[in-house]
Amino acid sequence: MAVTNFGYGINRPRAIDLDTNDLRKSRDIIAEMPELQTCIGCGSCTASCTAGNLTDFNFRKLHTSVRRGEYKGAYEEIGKCMLCGKCRLVCPRGINTRGLVMLLKRKLGDF
Amino acid sequence: MKRASWQEYQKDIADDKYYYARSCIRQNFFPGSERAFLNILANDLGKDIYDDPLHTSCTGIGYHSDVVPLETIMTVVARQFALMAEAGYENFISSCITSFGIYNEVLSTWEEFPETEERTRRYLKEATGRELVKPRSIAHTSDVMFTHRHSIARKAKRRLVNIHTGEPLRVVEHIGCHYAKIFPKSGIGGSEFPYVLAGMIESWGGQVVDYPERRHCCGFGFRNYLAQANRGYSIANSHKKLESMAPYKPDFIVANCPGCTMFLDKWQYAIAEMDGTIYGADGKGIPVLTYEEMAGLVLGYDPWELGMQFHQVDVEPLLDKLGVEYDPKAKYLGKDGKYIGEPKPVAVNCESERYIYEMKENLERW
Amino acid sequence: MVKRVVIVGGGAAGMQTALELKSRGIEPMIVERDIELGGKVRGWHKLFPSFTPAGDVLKPIAERIKAERIRCFLGQDVVGIASDGVTLRSGERILADAVVIATGFTLFDAHRKQEYGYGLYDNVITSVDLERMMNGGKVMLADGSEPRRIAILHCVGSRDEKVGQRHCSKVCCITGVKQAIELKQLFPTADVFNFYMDIRMFGPGYEELYREAQEKYNVHFVRGRISEAAETINKRIQIKAEDTLTGRPLRMTVDMLVLLVGMNANYENGDLAAKSGLSLAPNGYFMAQNSFLGTVCSECEGIFFAGAATAPKSLADTLAEASLTASKVDEFLRNKFPSWQ
Repeated sequence: MAVTNFGYGINRPRAIDLDTNDLRKSRDIIAEMPELQTCIGCGSCTASCTAGNLTDFNFRKLHTSVRRGEYKGAYEEIGKCMLCGKCRLVCPRGINTRGLVMLLKRKLGDF
Repeated sequence: MKRASWQEYQKDIADDKYYYARSCIRQNFFPGSERAFLNILANDLGKDIYDDPLHTSCTGIGYHSDVVPLETIMTVVARQFALMAEAGYENFISSCITSFGIYNEVLSTWEEFPETEERTRRYLKEATGRELVKPRSIAHTSDVMFTHRHSIARKAKRRLVNIHTGEPLRVVEHIGCHYAKIFPKSGIGGSEFPYVLAGMIESWGGQVVDYPERRHCCGFGFRNYLAQANRGYSIANSHKKLESMAPYKPDFIVANCPGCTMFLDKWQYAIAEMDGTIYGADGKGIPVLTYEEMAGLVLGYDPWELGMQFHQVDVEPLLDKLGVEYDPKAKYLGKDGKYIGEPKPVAVNCESERYIYEMKENLERW
Repeated sequence: MVKRVVIVGGGAAGMQTALELKSRGIEPMIVERDIELGGKVRGWHKLFPSFTPAGDVLKPIAERIKAERIRCFLGQDVVGIASDGVTLRSGERILADAVVIATGFTLFDAHRKQEYGYGLYDNVITSVDLERMMNGGKVMLADGSEPRRIAILHCVGSRDEKVGQRHCSKVCCITGVKQAIELKQLFPTADVFNFYMDIRMFGPGYEELYREAQEKYNVHFVRGRISEAAETINKRIQIKAEDTLTGRPLRMTVDMLVLLVGMNANYENGDLAAKSGLSLAPNGYFMAQNSFLGTVCSECEGIFFAGAATAPKSLADTLAEASLTASKVDEFLRNKFPSWQ
């Protein structure tokens, strides 16, 4: 059916929808690295991030979104990481953040 | 319905002697509804209700669109109240939800900041020579209809029941945000489970549909839909509601707010045109009624007298379910019986789809 | 001559205080509103953070109360408190040499948060309902089936201006963690989501349990408060929140929504305080004499506190406090009656 253009569209919701998001990949990532779930969102990783201080790269937000099944653009985003490893030094939960970068790169290439 | 909490939110609604304040939108889009309200109150229920030709718009649309300053709207509101007192009334009832919110907001502001009331008194005196007298009670007209719902049920010519199946009609009720979301205590049932329309539906034999996005705003939002650039998220709200209610197959929607009634009705057309989705049964839209129209049908008023030909989504399928007799040819006859012309049938309506394409061609040419 | 102390409230605080007083040679009496002793712990399934069955703690205490032949007035409402005794609703006065207020708290009535639909939607339950279900041996949905997706909402009736409860109820966070683990143990393939504003793990072993819930049990913690719940056509619960750590709204449908109801001050506190010259903290709990050395003493000589009458407390803290209360009562009686013993 042809679509009439009234000069505006119907905005799509920007909510994270856990009913429609495909959580299989997220479960897969958590299963490989259960410690990821211990993140308390303190932001130390982002605060210390070399890339995050110079670009809009936000590691905390990125992996939280991935856990919610939001994969789009994550692979490209993770490419901004310089793998310096500072985030791993500061994480109070001892999460292997550097390993997580590699894990996400391995898992999310298709999205 | 398990909603007992509405009983905790009661307010004093006058039983008689009302000063009626009209709504700008409704006078233009649902003039039959305001007329019906006056008729039902005065003729069917024998109440004293005064429709004052002197009162004006509350300027709420301008206020919410950032073009009318607070001092101005307060003075306009004060003038309405002054007119009410001059006409010898104390119970102010508003046909519009926006105005209802405005009146409550202004009264509450005067209460909390008495200096604003004093200033308004002065402005009113200087501008019009009138004296501000605050109303004894303030209610929305749907509150009044709710109060008299049992009397209406006793006089009913028909109930909200599908005559073919004997089943109660499934009704989605939609409450305007400014009815109870600003002052929850000002609404029957509070803000979470307003009972004002649900009470009417239940008293008149219908069944209320409780769907997940029941509380969601229709998306009207004044400055939001007024600017074309914002309309995408304005319409998305109605879209969200329609998507959420569709699985319950409602027979009709009833709303108590001018903007919501208009939006839920007209956006159905826009959505059908934009992405081809039609939410009602048989490729037709879901009829959207005002509560006066709902009451009018229950009391046996003629649908065209109620102004139901003004709707975007045709109401005939609903009239057929209710067993309302109507003259299809009279739909577009003016008061003097002369044919006044009719809109071209479009998506969500009952008639041929060829007009849609014709309309699209016109649009493209344009 | 024997010294008598009347204890208002026969829950954990009241019972333990009675036993501590008894062991010090003081004669305690318990006045309990309910027809049974035990208070809120009665009917509770397991206790955080050790998953100890609540009965393992409560039963020995109750048995000792019986063995020690401590006098209990059951089904009696106290309407007046003074340093020389209490007045019952019947008008009868029970005289004593000191009084201990161990009246505890009132559970927040989840109906008041109307946006969550408690009492309206069958699969919206409170943490207390869940505890009773677990105690009864069967956790299930209203239609008898197993939940596959569960949301637990923290701070229902706590830290909420809208219901006049500004304080933190302290124990709900750890209860939410405990119940999430129990649900995962019952339904290993289910997804459990805890929606929180802050996670407050104040006690020994609590933080460790939180970590275990995350890492071992894969419980999802979402920082954001559920704004509303609504029933879907197939009787599931649609919830909305913000995932504040990604800065986006979040919506999902769950089979069961558990509301972690907070601890509110008793409604009657105001009346009792006004009559007896005690004062209340802004959150409605009784005000202790001071926050350090007088936590169980009141502003009135001869009236003492034990347990959650002064603030939300865990069971462990309540039981520990009972000893302190008994010791303060003992000290008071010795000073007042120098010739005693």
